[in-house]
Amino acid sequence: MKILVCVTSVPDTTTKITFTDNNTKLNKAGVTFITGPYDDYALARAVELKEKTGASVTVLNVGEADAEPVIRKCLAIGADDAIRVNAEPTDAYFVAEQIAAIAKETTYDLILMGRESIDYNGGQVHGIVGEMLGIPSISPVMVLDLDGDTAQITREIEGGKEELAAKLPLVLGCQEPIAEWKIPNMRGIMTARTKPLNVVEPVGTDKLTTVASYELPAPRGAVKMIKAEEAETLIQLLHTEAKVI
Amino acid sequence: MSVLIFAELDEGKLKKSSQEAIFYGAKVADMLGTSATAIVAGAADDSELATAGRYGATKVLHASDSKLNEPNGMAYATVVAAAAQQEGSKVIVLAKSSLADAMTARLAGKLKAGLAANVIELPDLSNGFRVKSSIYTGKAFAYNDLKADVKIVAIRKNTVTPEETEATAPVEKFAPALNDGDFAISVKSTEKSSGDILLPEADLVVSAGRGLKGPENWGPVEDLAKALHAATACSKPVSDLDWRPHSEHVGQTGLKISPNLYIACGISGAIQHLAGVNSSKVIVVINKDPDAPFFKSADYGIVGDVFDVLPRLTKAVQAL
Ligand SMILES: Cc1cc2nc3c(=O)[nH]c(=O)nc-3n(C[C@H](O)[C@H](O)[C@H](O)COP(=O)(O)OP(=O)(O)OC[C@H]3O[C@@H](n4cnc5c(N)ncnc54)[C@H](O)[C@@H]3O)c2cc1C
Repeated sequence: MKILVCVTSVPDTTTKITFTDNNTKLNKAGVTFITGPYDDYALARAVELKEKTGASVTVLNVGEADAEPVIRKCLAIGADDAIRVNAEPTDAYFVAEQIAAIAKETTYDLILMGRESIDYNGGQVHGIVGEMLGIPSISPVMVLDLDGDTAQITREIEGGKEELAAKLPLVLGCQEPIAEWKIPNMRGIMTARTKPLNVVEPVGTDKLTTVASYELPAPRGAVKMIKAEEAETLIQLLHTEAKVI
Repeated sequence: MSVLIFAELDEGKLKKSSQEAIFYGAKVADMLGTSATAIVAGAADDSELATAGRYGATKVLHASDSKLNEPNGMAYATVVAAAAQQEGSKVIVLAKSSLADAMTARLAGKLKAGLAANVIELPDLSNGFRVKSSIYTGKAFAYNDLKADVKIVAIRKNTVTPEETEATAPVEKFAPALNDGDFAISVKSTEKSSGDILLPEADLVVSAGRGLKGPENWGPVEDLAKALHAATACSKPVSDLDWRPHSEHVGQTGLKISPNLYIACGISGAIQHLAGVNSSKVIVVINKDPDAPFFKSADYGIVGDVFDVLPRLTKAVQAL
């Protein structure tokens, strides 16, 4: 069985976002880049399935050379090899096109990725890849078990969850609690250095969506404190002043 | 050439977020000098569907094939793509939701569409098609230029406030060809808390964190939510500990919500929590620690014990 895990490189979750170049570029100064937190779940489940079934796990990143530390970390966690498509991942459709091109060359039984990236929060790449390959896509997946060539899946829906079954191959967008996050150990870090990381050039050049500029939210006004003994006043204020109830 | 709006049903009724999408889509249609058509899939009465007219739709296409009664992102994408083709639509509008997310991605793949998710304003058409969206989990905004022939705009809750009219929209049957592949995923069971207000749709949300100490203590949170007709939410550790279902978890790795009112009880206000809720219109924080970081991002704050404050708030709401 072959598993492809697609990972993004994103600013650490505690990052205070700022922009440079007249608000046209993310200010990367002092920002730590990490694997997308949801992608971490996808990778962790892939490594568990590898341990159980002997599957091979390939990590794929569409990104520039500065994403390589994130890819090496995925190798250290247990992926067998990696592919980097050498391009700036600006648009969901473009990224999906790159993933689909790789998946058309080699057939993967499972293509796993996070349910969304935490930078653009589009949550679209898995579905577009599924459509391009003509195979089903499911997201956000909380439980993934394999029963021969059938996947048993639990997916979150609004106000609850849904149990699904579908035949491989599949594209899945993953989230907790699909697996326990894994941290690389010393041996993993050492072997990661010798695992293959192949760099390939992108296909197509379509940019269907581009960002003209960025903006930061306006700061909130000062907080109005209410004494605990007068808690009831809050409800009056929400009714008459804020007019939200 | 009409603007097409994918409107979603919840138990046969147009979802509130879809009413917003119809209103938004009708405004865009006005700006483009064209009409707005809504496409709906699944079982619903014509009289309910005709209410799309109140929000500005001039026609409703109804795909009523019984196979569509189960929400299914892949089959719905086939339906919406066929509707877009019939109507010659170059702009498709919808409200973000669990179903819409799955549908939109497949649709974008089918139509090779430019797509903006989490859109929070009407488009600027003065120089192409530019929309403002929320990115970095609410920590920033992007102005996106949609350059493809077909454009998909997925709006976030509270992007527009619909003004209703008395108009009704004519409902037409729509029966596109569905593929076997659209039904390749079989649904074995669905578990849904019934009767509750759906969190992503809610105008008012009462949320609680680890400060509540255990799942047995959620009574006062639920009481206030009930009095306000609000949905309930929670912080990540609370769902990790299984005190509350994962579908209530808000934040960077949970749901992103933008209600009119977010009341945070016993939540410290970590940056990852804030990320999912900071676009709420009004934020209230109740925490016994006066130094809790959440107070810095709040509009109203009470330093106090939730177990004392919440029942008093509930009484005050009931007395309104
Ligand atoms: C990659 C990553 C992603 C994350 N994603 C999310 C996310 O999506 N959502 C999220 O919520 N968190 C997320 N977190 C976790 C986040 O950093 C915090 O740990 C979490 O939000 C804390 O939850 P809490 O405020 O409920 O608990 P705590 O931090 O333990 O705070 C409890 C609060 O309750 C107060 N309190 C205690 N007793 C009372 C009382 N009787 N009355 C009033 N107040 C009381 C305390 O003063 C304290 O401020 C993420 C973390 C990481 C690393």
